[in-house]
Amino acid sequence: MSGAADPGVYSAPVTPDAEPTPPLGRVLVIIPAWNEQASLAATIADIRLTNPAVDILVVDDGSADRTASVAEAAGALVCRLPFNLGVGGAMRTGYRYALRHGYDVAVQIDADGQHDPRYLPSLLDRLDEADLVIGARFAGEGERYRVSFLRGLAMKLLAWTLTRMARNRLTDVTSGFRVANRRAAALFAAHYPAEYLGDTVESTVIAIRAGCTVTQVPVEMRVRQAGQASQTSLRAALYLARAVVALALALVRDWPDAELPAEEPREGS
Amino acid sequence: VSAPTILGIVGSVVVLVALFEMMRRHRLREKYAVLWFFVAMGVLALALFPDLLTGLAEIAGVAVPANLLFFMASLVLLVLTLQHSYELGRLEEKTRTLAEEVALLRLELTKLTAEQASEPSPDE
Repeated sequence: MSGAADPGVYSAPVTPDAEPTPPLGRVLVIIPAWNEQASLAATIADIRLTNPAVDILVVDDGSADRTASVAEAAGALVCRLPFNLGVGGAMRTGYRYALRHGYDVAVQIDADGQHDPRYLPSLLDRLDEADLVIGARFAGEGERYRVSFLRGLAMKLLAWTLTRMARNRLTDVTSGFRVANRRAAALFAAHYPAEYLGDTVESTVIAIRAGCTVTQVPVEMRVRQAGQASQTSLRAALYLARAVVALALALVRDWPDAELPAEEPREGS
Repeated sequence: VSAPTILGIVGSVVVLVALFEMMRRHRLREKYAVLWFFVAMGVLALALFPDLLTGLAEIAGVAVPANLLFFMASLVLLVLTLQHSYELGRLEEKTRTLAEEVALLRLELTKLTAEQASEPSPDE
């Protein structure tokens, strides 16, 4: 979770995007952060350098370390949850903020620096045809990302099911690198599950069932320096079981009509 | 008067007194009190009229009446625990929503205070 790849080094931009800021309106990047003081400053600096037009909101998920002050010092807006709610709670807070302040696009980026913000413009570009765009690891770029058999099986199962549902190829639905337009953000501000894996898998299912178009863009993930992404076989088996449960629940759960909620009145102004 | 009868009466009376006392001190909400009240009354009825249990056991085809009692008791407890899990989940969801709201309000407050600090007051 520590030490994001040094933000100073940049090779040629991945997407030769002529326009500096695409005409998408106001973009809010939401970073859920729980005890991420080591990597957060670099992640924020990285986003500001590559995407100067976006606003950044760090949702401090009840951290015990200096996450909030590090984020403030780096120039981000900081929202402090009084106790740890998990990624789902942090993200719903972020979506609510985005909605209330009239943002047109809400972006999720992990605090540990594994998501390369240079890919953000290419994700934003796809919003012309989709409501939710996922930055996916297995879609061509970054092939060296290797996982154990069981974890791979879980991911294949998720990918297969959600691809059928979305009628769009989705290979990496557990990715926490995603871009939502106002429609999807409004949906997530009302319904965003708090359970483990629910935040990514189930939220995708909710979006699809509410009639949102979901698509993906291939991205290359940076190697997490200290992250141990559950690589022991016991953990992988547990991950598979959880994935199956999360998926099954998401499929049978009765979401309140999954209709788009009425827009909340904006604050201020 | 047989020993089981006294045991049953004492048990249900203890529960009823405890219920009354907790209600009096605002430690128990009515909706839960009603539930336990009926449980206590059931125990009392079975203690006072043991034939009720034997009769029920005969109807249900249970050879030993006590087994029917245990079965029903565990069923009641199971349903009650399930109901508590449900309530707990609802409370967690409410707490979560409140925590999110508090965090958002705190952010707005911080922004407002910062704005006010940067603006000079009009009468100076």
